Amino acid sequence: MAEKTLPAFQGTPEQQQKLQEVIEQNKQLPGALLPVLHEAQEIYGYLPIEVQQMVADGLGVSLSEVYGVATFYSRFSLTPKGKHRISVCLGTACYVKGADKILAEVEKKLGIKSGECTADGLFSIDSCRCVGACGLAPVMMIDEDVYGKLTPAEVDKIIDKYLAEEGGSN
Amino acid sequence: METVHLKINNIPVEVPKGYTILQAAKEANIEIPTLCYLKDINCIGACRVCMVEAKNRRGLLAACVYPAEEGLEVFTNTPAVIKSRKTTLELLLSTHHKKCLSCVRNNNCELQRLAAEYGVDEDRFTSEEPIYEIDDASPYIVRDNNKCIQCMRCVAACKNVQSVSVIGPIKRGFAVHVGSAFDKSLNDSPCVGCGQCVVSCPVGALTEKSQEDKVWEAIADPEKQVVFYTAPSIKATLGESFGLPVGTNVDGKMTAAIRRLGEGVKIFNMDFTADLTILEEANELIERVQNGGTLPMFTSCCPGWVKFVEHYYPEFIPHLSTCKSPQAMFGAVLKSYYCEKNNIDPKNLFVVSVIPCTAKKFEASRPDLRSNEAYDDVDVALTTRELARMIKRAGISFNELEEEDYDAPFNKATGGGAIFGATGGVLEAALRTAARTLDGEFKKVDFEEVRGPEAVRTVTYEVAGIKINVAVTSGLGNARQLLEKIKKGEADYQMVEIMACPGGCINGGGQPLLSDSIRNYVDYKALRSKALYDYDAAAEFRCSDESPVIKMVYDEYFEAPGKEKAHKYLHTTYVPRDKYYK
Repeated sequence: MAEKTLPAFQGTPEQQQKLQEVIEQNKQLPGALLPVLHEAQEIYGYLPIEVQQMVADGLGVSLSEVYGVATFYSRFSLTPKGKHRISVCLGTACYVKGADKILAEVEKKLGIKSGECTADGLFSIDSCRCVGACGLAPVMMIDEDVYGKLTPAEVDKIIDKYLAEEGGSN
Repeated sequence: METVHLKINNIPVEVPKGYTILQAAKEANIEIPTLCYLKDINCIGACRVCMVEAKNRRGLLAACVYPAEEGLEVFTNTPAVIKSRKTTLELLLSTHHKKCLSCVRNNNCELQRLAAEYGVDEDRFTSEEPIYEIDDASPYIVRDNNKCIQCMRCVAACKNVQSVSVIGPIKRGFAVHVGSAFDKSLNDSPCVGCGQCVVSCPVGALTEKSQEDKVWEAIADPEKQVVFYTAPSIKATLGESFGLPVGTNVDGKMTAAIRRLGEGVKIFNMDFTADLTILEEANELIERVQNGGTLPMFTSCCPGWVKFVEHYYPEFIPHLSTCKSPQAMFGAVLKSYYCEKNNIDPKNLFVVSVIPCTAKKFEASRPDLRSNEAYDDVDVALTTRELARMIKRAGISFNELEEEDYDAPFNKATGGGAIFGATGGVLEAALRTAARTLDGEFKKVDFEEVRGPEAVRTVTYEVAGIKINVAVTSGLGNARQLLEKIKKGEADYQMVEIMACPGGCINGGGQPLLSDSIRNYVDYKALRSKALYDYDAAAEFRCSDESPVIKMVYDEYFEAPGKEKAHKYLHTTYVPRDKYYK
């Protein structure tokens, strides 16, 4: 029952209207919850309690049911994602090539854990299983870009590059 | 009716089409073990304990969900079946916190019973240390997920039966656990406290929040005078905790046992405040009908139902009778009338109610029920199970006790009060008194039309030229459907009785836990109700207004139903609550 502090919810009326439309379109379908949650995550980037409540209200299901589905599938996120989404591959090939050390370095560099987002909202870290680039192991993705044959030192430099682009330091 | 023929362990049986193997086996007097299955509540074939073998079928079949087919030959006891069940139990035990000695379910646990029957090695697979924080924040229910076997019976009771759905499975794989949305405490959820989850749990993962120690302390305190009162349904269920058959009325032994819990302990009859509720409620109904008040009027005796309205249908709050429940009325009567009459400082009167219900624990803590801000009217509300544990700990040979009566002055009550414990009972008792008030010549006492197991009973009565449409239901899922109908204007009633638990208080969340072999095969709700209706039929007085104790308290204190003092002590208000939070 430990509560983690999350950045405050900042949904816009446009997002809410979009979600309402999605709910209306799916409402009558059996098993509407899953497609609606997919769309909700597309719209908001994650599924905070405020969004899950809107879904529960709209579909007439309980919040505990919505939460159960949202926590069952690993593609749903309850925490916001950063402007830049870092995804470290922990698939077999990457793992034997030391992906755990790459992930540890990213976490150390940004001061957050996998699954979390930095306070300034710039970066979030996740792990994934295989991006289909095993020949480049260990691999990580930042947004749509793939970085392969990584070493911890290179990870540092890559993130610095993004930081420089954003004009700040971490 | 179409039937199918099959063999269970070579015994031929004929059963209706649609029966499962589990049901068919019972026809051959063979009980297949189950864990996740619970009749009328949960049937998901998840735990794999009920596996059986069948001729010409590959693999084992889950008997609780597999249909009985024509010509099927089932074997429930083969080495392959035994091995499978044993391994399943060993796996379940690998993540179960095996703290059996101090577990409240010791000797009354389905997992423990099966483990003993199958001689399983509890340590075959590595045990995990307890990892979940115990959720004991609410005043009524404690959840210990370290003992949970994820059978989902509590989830099904909450969602499918009660339509409340404040608990559900969270996450997946090894991380899966049952809890409320966003892993908040049950106390922060819109739980109504009915406790149907507790009576559905096969193990010790869900229990009531025990308050026995507080009562023992008060009994030992020379400053305190301890008074008990027992709800109408307790007499029909307490005996089960002492090995007596379901439906045994133990009124006299219960009274004797409570008196022996400690020196000076008094035991009063809560059927008296059930009668008092009827006087106030019948008066309120007549006033509402005659003066154009909000109708239909809903009964308000059931705290789970009241909280359900407050959370999910706050627009219906004006429909709730303003009468306090019998538990709350008794607390108020004791701390006002009784204390004044006997020169007792209300702070030294320790009031213990024994109730069939976990929601009554919540009710006892409601600040809006205090008739004086300085103290609660009810100090402790004990479930039937807690009372049974206290009697056992006191070493009282319950079954050997001579029957005794309740203590004066609250010793006499009517059959109308007694049937409060069964669905339809409150309405029937109210009808008895309302009819006699409106028409002095009215003779009907048994309103059998409102009794029984049907989900919703609706009847129209005509009294003194006034037509009264009534409806009765129990179980909050049924209540929700009825409310939706009323909301849409599809139904027109003057009075509606609703109890949160299916069948009423006799099936309350605080009642003795019945083993699966009783719950799945015996109509225990009918047996328990019958004990109350038999008690009513044999009662000296049948109508609440005939009770001499009722006459006494009105003459000496409350004047008449609905009068100023009666209103101050016997009526209450309600609060709209959030749909998603506490």
